[in-house]
Amino acid sequence: MKILSIHDLEKLRKSAEAHMSLREESNRHVVDHSCGLATGTPHIQILICGGTGCKASSSQEIVQRLQMEIAEHQISEKVEVIMTGCFGFCEKGPIVKIIPDNTFYVQVTPEDAAEIVREHIIGGRKIERLLYVDPKTEKSVSDSKHMDFYRKQMRIALRNCGTIDPENIEEYIARDGYFPLATCLLRKKPQEVIEEIKLSGLRGRGGGGFPTGLKWELTAKQQAEQKYVVCNADEGDPGAFMDRSIMEGDPHSVVEAMAICGYSIGATKGLVYIRAEYPLAVHRLKVAIAQARDYGLLGDNILGTDFCFDIEIRYGAGAFVCGEETALIHSMEGKRGEPTLKPPFPAESGYKGMPTNVNNVETLANIPIILNKGAKWFSSIGTERSKGTKVFALAGKINNVGLIEVPMGTTLREVIYEIGGGIKNGKKFKAVQTGGPSGGCLTEKHLDTPIDFDNLLAAGSMMGSGGMIVMDEDDCMVSVARFYLDFTVEESCGKCTPCRIGNKRMLEILTKITEGKGTEEDLKTLQTLGKVIKDTALCGLGQTSPNPVLSTLDNFYDEYLAHVKQKVCPAKQCKALLTYAINPEKCIGCHACAKHCPAEAITGMTRKPHIIHPDLCIRCGMCVSRCKFNAIVIC
Amino acid sequence: MATIKLACDVARQVEAICDKHGNDQGELINILHEAQHLQGYLPEEMQRLIAHKLNIPVSKVYGVVSFYTFFTMTPKGKHPVSVCMGTACYVRGGEKLLEEFKRVLGIDVGETTPDGKFSLDCLRCVGACGLAPVVMIGEKVYGRLQPVDVKKIIEELEA
Repeated sequence: MKILSIHDLEKLRKSAEAHMSLREESNRHVVDHSCGLATGTPHIQILICGGTGCKASSSQEIVQRLQMEIAEHQISEKVEVIMTGCFGFCEKGPIVKIIPDNTFYVQVTPEDAAEIVREHIIGGRKIERLLYVDPKTEKSVSDSKHMDFYRKQMRIALRNCGTIDPENIEEYIARDGYFPLATCLLRKKPQEVIEEIKLSGLRGRGGGGFPTGLKWELTAKQQAEQKYVVCNADEGDPGAFMDRSIMEGDPHSVVEAMAICGYSIGATKGLVYIRAEYPLAVHRLKVAIAQARDYGLLGDNILGTDFCFDIEIRYGAGAFVCGEETALIHSMEGKRGEPTLKPPFPAESGYKGMPTNVNNVETLANIPIILNKGAKWFSSIGTERSKGTKVFALAGKINNVGLIEVPMGTTLREVIYEIGGGIKNGKKFKAVQTGGPSGGCLTEKHLDTPIDFDNLLAAGSMMGSGGMIVMDEDDCMVSVARFYLDFTVEESCGKCTPCRIGNKRMLEILTKITEGKGTEEDLKTLQTLGKVIKDTALCGLGQTSPNPVLSTLDNFYDEYLAHVKQKVCPAKQCKALLTYAINPEKCIGCHACAKHCPAEAITGMTRKPHIIHPDLCIRCGMCVSRCKFNAIVIC
Repeated sequence: MATIKLACDVARQVEAICDKHGNDQGELINILHEAQHLQGYLPEEMQRLIAHKLNIPVSKVYGVVSFYTFFTMTPKGKHPVSVCMGTACYVRGGEKLLEEFKRVLGIDVGETTPDGKFSLDCLRCVGACGLAPVVMIGEKVYGRLQPVDVKKIIEELEA
């Protein structure tokens, strides 16, 4: 059907209400008792995470098994299985949520399906062993709202992820979707929409933090035959998956926001530049675009107005630099993704030389809800100069790996210790890396810093797109810096000398240090070189590429010194600086290590302490993982 | 570049792909995506053909192919192994896993075993950071792997 008015949208929202109210209801208040068909619950919905992470842990199979069980018990009229987007709690995936009692089952396997249907769905009895256990209280928590992981979160950009079926436009409409577009087209002038976005204080979530409303205004002011709206979905930061989760869990919010942007700046064409490595996100986006066309929300004369807008998908091909907007535009034109000097900005001359507005996925996902709830509401959240929330991909040595969204101004400590549940295996916190290859490592002393664009920059890191990697005492900061630089060197497009050659030299020096061949002089060279690259590289990525090195030099200078002066790696990570030996008092001579040593570097008689021959040892650590008696010492 | 003669039917398919995109230079990346899908890689002959169809120098096509990591000029193994080198996997031991795959398979990153069974690559982020460190073999994701698991997995796939 084609939607021609707000009234049509209303009708759709009403008709989807019965289906959706169950989820809304359980979102608002918690049902204490568990629900089951046998105990009188008329209708149950089973939500299951269909994000990439959970799909990798066979969530698709769980869906099939659940459906089989439901068919077998002949209860398919009363029970629905719905695959949603990411719930965020990836550490405990695959996740299954039962509505309306809001039971949150973690680490579910396909084998659990029969029991879930029999015990919970029919019998109304919660399955204790599948509930999340709070590590602090050691008590099981059945409702996600009571989990530390969710308590401090505020889901704005992720509002629909894990709640709606991303492949069903009506569920999106039932949650007020496409109403903002309709209101804009029918009741607001383009300039009014831009004013609202400016007033909200929304800043670009892709890394730079440029005010979104201002960007729109710049493109709107240009006179041209054709203008373009581009969605930057080339999420290249390794270890970040915010944009992908939004596209997988709530693709319509991106489609709608692009149409709103098109209306505001006077563009009729939208392009999504997405990584080809994201097959599921591509699929969901394609479905969303097709549905929006069917409903008349994309295409010609949207909602019966003069406004025409359509969206095409363009694939990236694996180049980090294409996240930079000028490089992205070249890539869309079928060229090598090399950046060019700004100005001219894409707003003046972008795709095919026409004015182009480039926004990141998360930025766009904020647009509909800002227009729905108002700029005032949005700007009441966050800090003075950073409004709203930010989505982070929390990963590394942390208990609760996952996708989180917090108001700007939340401290790193709250994120790491409350939401993240602290450091894995009771180890000591060492650093947190934000901003990916463009960011830096922050330490203990930064833990109480409220997270926002300006504070992170002042601390020597940056917001970036939202990767947040936690490191513990076992991580060597020199190796981490080398890891990021290795990435940058690999991904450098090669256009400008500072990035192409400067970073390569820095990588060589860092490698030298991790091999125990570095000198104190090298540390000075790193600092100088880093500053020169920062000042002279062509694009934003080049200019920020030395950040991981400079920030670790600032915060962990002693560790660098240990590598170059005493030739030791305090975290025991740099292979060349380690010696493996066997503690004769602990070794019982079981021969397990020798049997698995790939270099045949371990010898000894049975039941007598063995020895490792240092000249043969390749320091692979295989013996450590094989020894059951902790007899291998690394020094 | 290795010289491999393109089979007639493959050549026809490549031409059809170019035609479908109106032989438009601006569509080069989309064309390469589809062309790579035919055989899993982009041999020199294929690039020459595309350059000819789009009326651009081969150097331009090669320039694009070599720029983007998604495009490859070597055939992949029957079981393409991709070790995730995203930061989350790195701090949870991705590099050690990679070393072990290199050792067990006897090949370096970007290479294929002589019997064509395995190829080894790195990839950036599967987004399964909760399962770090992660390895993708074909379409299957192996999570929470330790170097000690590598040999067993390879042996299972070989059987």
